[in-house]
Amino acid sequence: MNQPDSPHYPTRVSIPSDLEEARQLQDQIEQQLMEVGGFSEAEIFAIKLALEEALVNAIKHGNQMDRSKMVHVAFRLETGRFDIQIADEGPGFDPDDVPDCTDPENLERPCGRGLLLMRHYMNRIDYIPPGNIVVMSKWSKNGQA
Amino acid sequence: MSSQPRRRRLELEEVGDVTVVNFVDKKILDEQNIQIIGEQLFDLVDNQQKRKILLNFGNVEFLSSAALGKLITLNKKVQTAGGKLVMCNIARSIMEVFEITKLDKMFKIFPDEQAALQAF
Repeated sequence: MNQPDSPHYPTRVSIPSDLEEARQLQDQIEQQLMEVGGFSEAEIFAIKLALEEALVNAIKHGNQMDRSKMVHVAFRLETGRFDIQIADEGPGFDPDDVPDCTDPENLERPCGRGLLLMRHYMNRIDYIPPGNIVVMSKWSKNGQA
Repeated sequence: MSSQPRRRRLELEEVGDVTVVNFVDKKILDEQNIQIIGEQLFDLVDNQQKRKILLNFGNVEFLSSAALGKLITLNKKVQTAGGKLVMCNIARSIMEVFEITKLDKMFKIFPDEQAALQAF
């Protein structure tokens, strides 16, 4: 299923479901974020956190830590603008089914906190049905996108 | 799969009857790392019978939702044991993470160690 406004991603990487591999990819993306510039320190924190949560979700919940399953990452970076798509090989999920972790009743449960942070920190986040692909974008407040 | 040695992730200091915990890591990420930090924190309550615990986040620059889960469990353990968990020195960016997830309402948070110690 194509996103009508899905950007062209010049960089595509596939990694096995391994958190160490994800860490290395995160380090590479962070390095490129610094090089391309246009983001404030707070915006880089936001991207790093959303990326961490999305990759951990894909590896742990999507692929169930099965190393034979891959996580497919495609991204585009330009000054003050970051677009990324992360796809796992799991069955997907409906983000609307995830309980609200800010509800006092759920506050102590491990539920959707990562998803909440991703939504807060990125300008755009969409799950493509059946929910195993997440598309996120962040653009700088400074209007350099 | 274990690429990191199982080293101590917490530095402990006793101030009166309060156990002050400093984190060794600047980034509390990584499943394995978080697991070890969780075990070492829970050990304070479960085996070392600590009841007044102050977490000093002065060294921490980054943490993820997986780490928040461990803090919630620790808080529950301390409360069940009749103790008190307090936090301090949380960087602005991390404080925002607590606010978004509404955990700032659950945890007792103070700007610095001095103020936090007085809360026990």
